[in-house]
Amino acid sequence: MARIIVITSGKGGVGKTTTAAAMAMGLAQRGHRTVVVDFDVGLRNLDLIMGCERRVVYDFVNVINQEANLNQALIRDKRCENLFVLPASQTRDKDALTKEGVGRVIEDLSSGYDFIVCDSPAGIEHGANMAMYYADDAVVVTNPEVSSVRDSDRMLGILSSKSRRAETQADPIREFLLLTRYDPERVAHGEMLSVEDVQEILALNLLGVVPESKAVLAASNAGVPVVLDRESDAGKAYGDMVARYLGEDVPHRFLHVEKKGFLSRIFRG
Amino acid sequence: MTSHQGSNGGDRQPVFDLKAAGFTLPTIRLLDPDMRRVAAELGARVEKAPDFFRNTPIVIDLSALPEGGAGVEFPSLVGLLRGFGMIPFGVRGGGKSLQAAAEAMDLAILGEREMRGARPERPLELPDPTVQLAKLAPEPVAQEPNAAQGTNFTMITRPIRSGQRVYASAGDLCVIAPVSAGAELMAEGNIHVYGSLRGRALAGMRGNREARIFCQDLRAELVSIAGHYRVSENIPVELRGIPVQVFLDQKILRIEKL
Repeated sequence: MARIIVITSGKGGVGKTTTAAAMAMGLAQRGHRTVVVDFDVGLRNLDLIMGCERRVVYDFVNVINQEANLNQALIRDKRCENLFVLPASQTRDKDALTKEGVGRVIEDLSSGYDFIVCDSPAGIEHGANMAMYYADDAVVVTNPEVSSVRDSDRMLGILSSKSRRAETQADPIREFLLLTRYDPERVAHGEMLSVEDVQEILALNLLGVVPESKAVLAASNAGVPVVLDRESDAGKAYGDMVARYLGEDVPHRFLHVEKKGFLSRIFRG
Repeated sequence: MTSHQGSNGGDRQPVFDLKAAGFTLPTIRLLDPDMRRVAAELGARVEKAPDFFRNTPIVIDLSALPEGGAGVEFPSLVGLLRGFGMIPFGVRGGGKSLQAAAEAMDLAILGEREMRGARPERPLELPDPTVQLAKLAPEPVAQEPNAAQGTNFTMITRPIRSGQRVYASAGDLCVIAPVSAGAELMAEGNIHVYGSLRGRALAGMRGNREARIFCQDLRAELVSIAGHYRVSENIPVELRGIPVQVFLDQKILRIEKL
C-alpha cells in the first residue's frame, strides 16, 4: 500500500509544484517507487517542472473517465526509473475530478507504488479538496509572510475536517510544515516572518526550510526538479526535507545569515 | 422585548396552573455516613466533570444506611453538596430519626408516592471529560457531541484553524490548543483557551451575562459576552499576550489580568 502525500497550501505561487517535483524525485532517488499526480486540471504545470511535457499523451482526466488506462497515461522519468508522472489535463476543468474517479485511480496506483505525491492546485475549492481527500500525509507549503500563513492555517482546518481520514474518523492526516522562499537576511532585518514566528502560529512539525534561491527558477525553466541541483541551497534543503520525511534526523540548515568570511568579503566586490 | 400586555385589569387569565410533573433527578445514595469519606470521593468525581454537577438538583437517598446506625451530619452534607454546585433539596428512605434530622435542614421528605411509576434506576453516567470532539469543526459549524448524553461540556484538543467554527451549546467550551486568527469559538457558557487565542471568542451566546472567557494568551480578534463585544483594536496593548479573563460588569465588557 502506498503512502499518499498531498502537497498543499491554500495560497498560490508559494512553491507547491516545485515541492511536489522535488519530493517525488527525492523519494524515487532513495529507491522508493513513486508517482507524482498533477491535480491542477486546467493549469497543467507539473509536467513542465518535471521536464516531460513533450511526452504527455493521456492524462489524469482520461484515466478517471476510463478513456485510457493508467499505464498509457503514466510517464516514466528519464533520470530516475522509480519515478512516474501522471499529468493533469489542460483542456478540462476541476469538475472532471470526481471523488469516485480519483479514489479509483489512487487505489489502482496504491498497489504498485510506495508513495503517491499529489500536487494540489491553489485555493480551497474542489480541485484542492480532491487532491487532499485521500491523503495520509500533508506537506503544507508556506512562505514567511502573513497572508500565506493565514491561508495555510485555513487549509490545515480543511485537512482535519474534510479529508477521508476525518470523515471515517481514522487517525488524522499527519501534517508537516515546509517553509519556502526563506530569506534569513530579511528575517534578520525584521522584514520577514521568522521560522519561530510561523511555527508559533501554525504549531506544526517543521519538515524543512527552503531558502530563497535563484536555482529554483532556473531549475523550473529547465524542467529539472531542483532537488537534482546538489550545488544549490534549495536543492540541498529539499534533499534534507525528503530525508526528514523518511524519518532521518537531519539538522535544519539555511536558517541564519551566513557569516561572511574574510576572503569572501574582499572578493564580493 | 416583553411588554406589559397582561397588566390591564380587564382580563381574567389564570395566574398559574397547578400540575403534577415527573422529573428524573440524580440521587446520591449514601452507603456510609462518614462525611470525610463522602467528601473525598465526591470531590474526585466532581473534579472529572464539574459542569455536570453545576446547579443540579440532587436527592439524598438514605435507604442503604443501616437502621439505627450512626446519624448523618446533614449540615455538613448539605454544605458539601452546595459547595460542589449542587442543589440538595430532599431525602428519601431512611428511618424516622434520619428524616427528622433532614427536615430540620429544610430538606423535603420524598415518599414512595413520588416515586411510583418511575423508571428503573440506573447508575448515572458521567461524561468522560477526555472525550475528544470526534470530528473537530466539520466546517462550518461543529455541534458539541455530548448533547445526546445530556451533558454540556465540550473539550477540544486539536488546534482550531482559520475558518473553523466550534459551537458548544448549553455549556462550556474548553480548548487545549491554539485558536488561529480567523477561527471562531462560540459557547452558551464559558470559554476556556489554554493556548494562544488569536481568533474570535463569543461566550454566553444565548444571553448568559454570567459567562466568561478565560485564556492564557490573549491575541483575539474579537471577544464577546452575551453580545457585548470588543474588537482587537479596543483591547489595550498591555493586556495582549497575557493570561486574562473577560467578563461583563454592568453591561461593560471588562478584561482583567489573571
